[in-house]
Amino acid sequence: MPAFDLPTVWAFIIAFAIFAYVVMDGFDLGIGILFPTLPAGRERDSAMNSIAPVWDGNETWLVLGGGGLLAAFPLAYATILSALYAPIVAMLLALIFRGVAFEFRWRDPRHRAAWDAAFSLGSVVAALAQGITLGALLQGIAVDSRVYVGGWFDWLTPFSVLVGVSLACGYALLGATWLIMKSEGTLQDRCYRLAFGLAIGTIVAIAAVSAATPLLSDLYWKRWFAWPQVLFTAQVPLLVAIATAVLFASLARRHHVTPFLATLIVFTLSLAGLGVSLFPYVVPPDISIWDAAAPSASLAFMLPGVLVLVPIILAYTAWSYWVFRGKTGHEGYH
Amino acid sequence: MLESLDATLLARLQFAFTVSFHFIFPSFSIGLASYLAVLEALWLWTGRHVYIDLFRYWLKIFALVFGMGVVSGIVMSYQFGTNWSVFSDKAGPVIGPLMAYEVLTAFFLEAGFLGVMLFGMNRVGRGLHFVATLAVAVGTFISAFWILSANSWMHTPAGFATSDAGQFVPVDWLAIIFNPSFPYRLVHTVLAAYLTTALVVGAVGAWHLLRERANEGVRTMFSMAMGMITVVAPLQILAGDQHGLNTLEHQPVKVMAMEGHFRSYPDGAPLVLLGWPDQAAGEMRYAIEIPKASSLILKHALDAPLQGLDSVERKDWPPVAIVFWSFRIMVGMGLLMLALAAFSLLARLKRRLFDWKLLHLCALAMGPAGFVAVIAGWVTTEVGRQPFTVHGLLRTADSVSPLQAPAVAASLAAFVVVYFIVFGAGVYYILRLMSQSPHRGEAGPERDQPVRAAGITPAPAIADPVAPKGGI
Repeated sequence: MPAFDLPTVWAFIIAFAIFAYVVMDGFDLGIGILFPTLPAGRERDSAMNSIAPVWDGNETWLVLGGGGLLAAFPLAYATILSALYAPIVAMLLALIFRGVAFEFRWRDPRHRAAWDAAFSLGSVVAALAQGITLGALLQGIAVDSRVYVGGWFDWLTPFSVLVGVSLACGYALLGATWLIMKSEGTLQDRCYRLAFGLAIGTIVAIAAVSAATPLLSDLYWKRWFAWPQVLFTAQVPLLVAIATAVLFASLARRHHVTPFLATLIVFTLSLAGLGVSLFPYVVPPDISIWDAAAPSASLAFMLPGVLVLVPIILAYTAWSYWVFRGKTGHEGYH
Repeated sequence: MLESLDATLLARLQFAFTVSFHFIFPSFSIGLASYLAVLEALWLWTGRHVYIDLFRYWLKIFALVFGMGVVSGIVMSYQFGTNWSVFSDKAGPVIGPLMAYEVLTAFFLEAGFLGVMLFGMNRVGRGLHFVATLAVAVGTFISAFWILSANSWMHTPAGFATSDAGQFVPVDWLAIIFNPSFPYRLVHTVLAAYLTTALVVGAVGAWHLLRERANEGVRTMFSMAMGMITVVAPLQILAGDQHGLNTLEHQPVKVMAMEGHFRSYPDGAPLVLLGWPDQAAGEMRYAIEIPKASSLILKHALDAPLQGLDSVERKDWPPVAIVFWSFRIMVGMGLLMLALAAFSLLARLKRRLFDWKLLHLCALAMGPAGFVAVIAGWVTTEVGRQPFTVHGLLRTADSVSPLQAPAVAASLAAFVVVYFIVFGAGVYYILRLMSQSPHRGEAGPERDQPVRAAGITPAPAIADPVAPKGGI
């Protein structure tokens, strides 16, 4: 393999887009998942205000993930989306409901409860669908002659549902720790309590998925447990354990920012673990990134754009977060 | 065979439904973002209160329109894979990078600055806020640039080779981006967005002029909108004519369907004004025609020969009736817009812009005309490309995902139900905002939220120098 391999570079770019999406939309989907536990009124308004200026940018990473996959790995885009038709469509419909609720709930106080329910249900379904999609991808997709040949419900297995529930739990934890950072008073107190339970749930879920994944196929088993790379792969669970300890300690000491950062690290490590399992396959068990890659003319054309524009995007996104820094009131931005 | 055909038809219906619904929002928000930038610039320049009032008034509507555009757009970025997986695999190397550039250069720009535009005036100050508004406006235009380039490539593919796996492989990116129909389509579509917005703003202005003639904000928006239509409507007809000539050069079969020319005319083709295209029989029934006028328009010569659909194999015919009628709807709307432009110019010259009731009624009636024209034009060009997804090279029937009809039918039904509930509610909220007239000290989105958060904290509203109007 040459030192500078375009499909590998692109695999990392797409992975970065997915990572950015998961952590950024993760906390605002998480707030949607937690919404039913917040009393109507100030607490819900505060929670909503803390994400209103940024959710739109967060969701754009999902579009980049989709668009980037189409552009860089068209075969993967084509087979994954036709194999996972039902969960993908469910996710899209769910994102519609939660996306419009941001504006609609302010425009229609009489039906605010209904739009809050749409926001919450949409967030739950989107999170579950994303997790199920990931689980179904991990367990493998049947492809023959560049076309999906499996059945309509191949995606629905105990494993994929486990991943779905795990991701929803993890998003809720991200949401709770985000709100700890952005809120005060009763909402913050509530989020400390919620985050504690959700942290336990997330750790159990990570352990369950991590234990189940190597059993799915020989490939994953060897990835994690073959000598000598077990020396490297074992670092991942070790670091997760350290980050978890930091998370619990910071929750107990009622730190404002550390719980969110610790959760981000747990998510980063989980995604790194996912990379260990999958790489270099993009549609297991048959399609590698080199099989799926677009011609190098396409990959090379987009590369300068990504290298120049993504740092700029990150800069103005950071600026936007900076503008809306600090604790959010329930009164909107003044 | 029949089953796969049904799945293809359902996949097409689903795509047509979701893209048509989606297209309504950007065709409004492209124009509205520019209008908002103009209003804010005028406010910064003149310091007149009416401009910031109008800015805030339309900003609330923009927030709703933009949100619906975003969520319906996310659907589009995944529908290529769910419904057109073979097309995605084959054409992805060419159109994928164009869409990736759209996300990188436009979507992030819009989304990144939207939060500041909506909620950040008091946090960043006027200058930076204007920069955010400009960034959103420029972002909507860049978005149109890339997506129309990708779309145009499907009509007039250029700059590619074909690989062993049947993929289109990019060879010359400049030729791909600036493919033959792209400049025409870009100008025509962006002008359409400006016209659509001007018609909506004009209709809202007209509605309030009919009731409160003295409102300065209402007079200003009506005058600006009518001025815009007076300038853009004639330009759009010119641009449409040029786009049509470009189509004749590169996609003559589409023009045959638009004109309803089933047979060839070696010595001058008639302009069919109305008629009933009978695809099975291959003839135009009940035609009302102007002899030789089509040759005059398309070839600038009365006796110029024009080929008809009889020169093309039937399997390459688009559905003629749809293309024929949608084209006439679009052109009809365009002529009505031109008439409104002339009427408003006359009223302006006679200094009766704000008290000619008939003009206001006409402007009100024409409020939705832009949307009708945009959708009709879209149908004309997209259905006119059939039976291909990539013109002349990849057939629609060979582009579809390996789907079973029940799955597509179920998801189509889900999309229809959800879209009508969600976007029905959204349109209702927009109309309700429009039904209120703009006022001095108009509240923006960041201000009326606390007030609408149900009277828990009325204090900020009282303390504010620019007090909001209170609840709904």
